[in-house]
Amino acid sequence: MPKYTLNINGKSTTIEADEKMPLLWVIRDLIGLTGTKFGCGIAQCGACTVLLNGNPIRSCSIPASAVAGQPITTIEGLSTDNSHPVQKAWIAEQVPQCGYCQSGQILAAAALLSKNPHPNDQDIDAAMSGNICRCGCYPRIRKAIKTAAAAAKPASTLN
Amino acid sequence: MQSTISRSRRQFIKDTGLSGLALVLGAYLPGCHPGADQKVINAAAGVLPQAIELMTWISIDNTGKITILNHRSEMGQGAWQVVPQMIAEELEVAMDQINIAFAPGNQKKYGSQITGGSSTVRGSYKHLLRIGASAREMLIEAAAKKWGAQQSDCYAENGKVFHKPSGKSFNYGDLVQDAAKLQPPTEVTLKARKNYKLIGKPLPRRDIPLKTNGEAVFGIDKKIPGMLYAVVERSPRIRGKVKSFDDSQTKTIPGVRHVIAVKRTVFDNMFEGVAVVADNLWAAMEGRKLLKVQWDDTGFEHVSTDQLFARMHEDLKKPGLNDRTGGDFERAFQHAATKVEAVYEAPYEAHACMEPLNCIADVKDDSITIWGPIQGPDWIQSDLSQRMNMPIDKVTVNMTFLGGGFGRKAFLDYPHEAAVISKAIKAPVKVVWTREDDITQGPFRPGAVYACKGGLSKEGHVEAFQTKTATQNMGLQNPGADLHTYNGDTLDGFCKPYYDSFSNYSFSDIPTASPIPVMWWRSVYASTNGFAYESFIDEMAHAAGKDPLEFRRQHLDNDRYQALIDQLITLTDWKNRGKNQGWGVAITECFSSIVGEVVKVSRKPDGKIKVDKVIALMDCGWYVNPDIIRQQVEGSIVMALGAATKHDIQFKDGMAVQHNFDTYQMPRIHEIPEIEVHIVDNDEKAGGVGEPGLPPLAPALCNAIFDLTNKRIRKLPFNLDEI
Repeated sequence: MPKYTLNINGKSTTIEADEKMPLLWVIRDLIGLTGTKFGCGIAQCGACTVLLNGNPIRSCSIPASAVAGQPITTIEGLSTDNSHPVQKAWIAEQVPQCGYCQSGQILAAAALLSKNPHPNDQDIDAAMSGNICRCGCYPRIRKAIKTAAAAAKPASTLN
Repeated sequence: MQSTISRSRRQFIKDTGLSGLALVLGAYLPGCHPGADQKVINAAAGVLPQAIELMTWISIDNTGKITILNHRSEMGQGAWQVVPQMIAEELEVAMDQINIAFAPGNQKKYGSQITGGSSTVRGSYKHLLRIGASAREMLIEAAAKKWGAQQSDCYAENGKVFHKPSGKSFNYGDLVQDAAKLQPPTEVTLKARKNYKLIGKPLPRRDIPLKTNGEAVFGIDKKIPGMLYAVVERSPRIRGKVKSFDDSQTKTIPGVRHVIAVKRTVFDNMFEGVAVVADNLWAAMEGRKLLKVQWDDTGFEHVSTDQLFARMHEDLKKPGLNDRTGGDFERAFQHAATKVEAVYEAPYEAHACMEPLNCIADVKDDSITIWGPIQGPDWIQSDLSQRMNMPIDKVTVNMTFLGGGFGRKAFLDYPHEAAVISKAIKAPVKVVWTREDDITQGPFRPGAVYACKGGLSKEGHVEAFQTKTATQNMGLQNPGADLHTYNGDTLDGFCKPYYDSFSNYSFSDIPTASPIPVMWWRSVYASTNGFAYESFIDEMAHAAGKDPLEFRRQHLDNDRYQALIDQLITLTDWKNRGKNQGWGVAITECFSSIVGEVVKVSRKPDGKIKVDKVIALMDCGWYVNPDIIRQQVEGSIVMALGAATKHDIQFKDGMAVQHNFDTYQMPRIHEIPEIEVHIVDNDEKAGGVGEPGLPPLAPALCNAIFDLTNKRIRKLPFNLDEI
């Protein structure tokens, strides 16, 4: 089987897998990072979201071979000690219930804030509507994104 | 076990709850004695060595590290936080001083662990408080003995016992060896509510930091040594049986090890499939795609929702099986000044937990070990013991975190299927359901049709009230079940004081015969009952020419309800709303809690209806963690909004029409209104939290739409853009 080198969370890992094997299963079952979740397999729910070059992608629907060498960030790469501002905001606003979709939600939010540090409600809708939460944490997700934005830059400097 | 499965969930929980509690009270002793070290498995942090189990639920090691078990499943509803929060209160430790771990399935020890019916707090809070208080008293007694002091001169605080006169103290770790040798007190004094340090406080959930960095281990993440992976090709048509299969292509996929026919039990009906077992999940999935299965599914080709609902509407013309009656409905309806009649319809639904079903089974000749996202570990333990012919103490059922449950993961079929596969291949296996399996296979929330009749006096008082319900009975699904038994749950969601004010009423039920497997879905029968009952109350209020909330007040003559309505009026500024501005209200009661919700809708410039705001007021009596209550009500509202306006499961040609999230479309962030949740403070007994917030949303929404548009919605789901 072909070999690929993946750059995940700043670490190079060589894997041997069928070239069609989706990134999701390579990350979860071959590399062993299980924070990235399987939700639908058809890029509809966002549970499998990871960042590719800083942009959210659905890892269930892209072969690992297609992203070899490019920087990929999973939830474990955001920080393992919850020190990333989005993780902090998620804890401060007590967002997760079951938590299953949250890796994807957090990465989508981190990508949004890296490009748009002070998103309005429409920006949040546009960036986050690809991620489903069956527990219905949406109001808190919205609030936490605003909390993270405010923490990154004090409100007094926004004017 | 077969007989219990056929009973309703409510009855099941009631029975096991009582017998389970009695068993634990009977075993109101430390489970282990000093020296008998217990290993506590922690989903987050591995294995804790050498801790002494001081009381059931509570282990302390000699460094003072305290572990409190959570014996219920954690599917988002917060048991992982509130069970320890209750015990820690009486144990006099802070939440950051404890380690939390899942207890394995063991009903003798922990009582019922079936996490359903919103029962965790309301079913066991007094017992859990006594467990914490007993351990505290034993630690105090041990300290007093060490000091040769009076026990009354000692007190516990912050994980230590203090000697008041001298100011000396011991850590719990210094005392646990001695304390574990003592008999637990027969009577303990529980703290007064006003003295609580933890209970009633919105303490941050201890599971949340595990869920923001990928650390939490869900069933789908769990691995055990030597484990293989399996997926199962399942009949697209309800109840199809495997006639034959061709696995020649499947076996060309590298990593595929076994292809075998399997069965799983669904209410004692065997559902068949073909399992593909491989070294990794993706190989199993790829192998499954190449499998060719011939199904024998004759007899089910014509099952469709159109046919089923037509049958339910037809059934409503028949006399029902009486559920509850009072006075003389027929006579009172005959003489009523105003008569109101309406028929409501609610659809089949899928649970669609974000974590698809999965389970690990390791079946050996002399033991069975299960790991998985499981709502009822004790139930699975006894079921597998019976079905696999294994002594119950050789069956270990371990819980992981659950990526949602909503009732689906309280079922027995998927662990059974995993055990059947593991036994056949003689290896540990993790079976993962795809999203398509999850959406198409059920069991589903049953669809329901309600025929309601109401008679009003000249003064606008309800004199006669009748509902007939046609739906599949979740308790009557075993082969040969007697369909002439009424369904005791078709009253769930109805506000109880109405029985006193509607002096002539009749509730009846016509069980619908159908091969579609159905089961409880968050808030169970109340999820559809609430829509019919509270829409109809609203219709009667309008027929009486009364304000909908005042009309409810007149008919809910009970202090608790009156207080709830007063508070709802204040919170929503109800009296100052304009005429036909799109306000709707509904109040339902289920799982010992009462919830009132007010929905505000408006028509946007593009002509579409928008849900602007939901204000919810939860009266669950005594409570543990208000922020978790707010989370649960917020989530219930979102889930109910989806079921009212977004998704349903339909059947055609014996198959589910919806397959995945592209066709079963759940609400997304841009579709969510502002949600405000308030909690009533009173001294009522603890009520449920996870489910009661769901039933009032759909009727409050439809009542709001009626207020705005004069259009009455009697069938769910409906498209907000098409009103």
